[in-house]
Amino acid sequence: MSDSQDEVRAYTIRLELVDEPGELLRALHPIADNGGNLLSIFHERGNVTPRGHIPVEVDLEATPERFDTIVEALQDENFDIIQAGAERYSEALTIVLSGHLVNTDLSDTLSNIQEATDASVTDLSLSAPAGTNDVSSARLRLATEEGKANDVLDAVRSIAAEKDLTIVEPLTAGGSA
Amino acid sequence: MKLAVIGAGAVGRSVAELAADYGHTVTAFADSASAVTDADGIDVTGTLTSKDEQGRVGTADPETAIASEYDVLVEATPTTLGDAEPGFGHVETALKRDRHVVLANKGPVAERYADVRALERESDGTVLFEATVGGAMPVLSTIDDFDPEHISATRGVLNGTANFILSRMAAEGLGYEHVLAEAQDLGVAEADPTFDVEGTDAALKCVIVANVLAQGEREYTLEDAEVDGISSIPGSALELAQEDGRTVRLIGEVANDEVRVGPRLVPETAALAVSGTRNIVQLETDHAGRLNISGRGAGGPETASAVLADVGRLPER
Repeated sequence: MSDSQDEVRAYTIRLELVDEPGELLRALHPIADNGGNLLSIFHERGNVTPRGHIPVEVDLEATPERFDTIVEALQDENFDIIQAGAERYSEALTIVLSGHLVNTDLSDTLSNIQEATDASVTDLSLSAPAGTNDVSSARLRLATEEGKANDVLDAVRSIAAEKDLTIVEPLTAGGSA
Repeated sequence: MKLAVIGAGAVGRSVAELAADYGHTVTAFADSASAVTDADGIDVTGTLTSKDEQGRVGTADPETAIASEYDVLVEATPTTLGDAEPGFGHVETALKRDRHVVLANKGPVAERYADVRALERESDGTVLFEATVGGAMPVLSTIDDFDPEHISATRGVLNGTANFILSRMAAEGLGYEHVLAEAQDLGVAEADPTFDVEGTDAALKCVIVANVLAQGEREYTLEDAEVDGISSIPGSALELAQEDGRTVRLIGEVANDEVRVGPRLVPETAALAVSGTRNIVQLETDHAGRLNISGRGAGGPETASAVLADVGRLPER
């Protein structure tokens, strides 16, 4: 029901980089230059592969079309792509939580969300204009598996209810507006 | 057609004023305390002056309006929950007398849909209620035209007061209480805004849509709706949404046998992100994609135009 080609999704790319200076930066260029939004980079320096390469895991957001361009661009630059795609996290959900976030232990709230679901919190912005003892809001981006968005929202709803937090949800399935 | 207009609030008054423009005659007009009837047509201007000056439309008992001769009963008394009285009783009386009924009052079709339909089946009269969902917007007639069978979901912004508050909060960076007070000064919000800001009004409209889409297979009432309002949304939530190219709207959704109303994140540029008191409804059709209907969702003349459009759809008696 939604225009899925225009919808920004979360993707994970696993690369193996040659252990040379500048390789990581060189690998990130094709992503940024092709409209990918970098969410996180996990550079496993201490975990060299048998071939002497360094594994790097990059989480990013892009439209499906842009993601294809990014993968092509990386291949053109001769990077070893171990895994590219939406296998792990294919849906990005953005929610806003409001209430006494700090007094109700925000990091506990976040870990409850990650424990109760398979979702991972990929981005967090906090706004507490009246100080941390007053009502504040947090915008969370959650990456989750395809088709699990409703389960994740159900879990977040009950966690929010327990702590008397207000949740502003995204539209449910099919509602990309 | 001859209209008996019950209820002399903004909608009832506008129906009385505009009826002649649509080729109809108001033969009875009642408020909660009194009535005026005239088989040749009441003096609408005089009646409204009387309502303004004396606080009542006439001197007769209100029941005389319902018992008088008319083709269509226009039920425009305030929406009530639960047993939906006295509106439901008015619908019952009119249908038992084989008269048509046009509702602006949401109560009977939101809380007692099956009862209304059962009465209609036994009657030669027809019940229409376009005005109960989205004021001037032709939502129910569009669903009817497309056939409820071919509509998989609907969602929309169905309360102008809540939408005005959220759009002002986002645009001006102001807090909820501040904007609510401003809306009350402007007459956009009522002194008791609970019905609007807690989502009840939007939920009733969604319940009505759900009833129409279910085609009698299931009955929905307000109790079946999951409803959250906007009064606990702080300015900081809108600010964070905005940073991310989104905004917050009070969205009502009817999909997968569920009725839900609550604050939702929508892209700022989305059709659903209407601003001010404007309303919008999106229909997901099976064969024609998404249909957006947007317009004024409340107001006397706006809602009256939907009432009179319904009158025009009724078969001649």
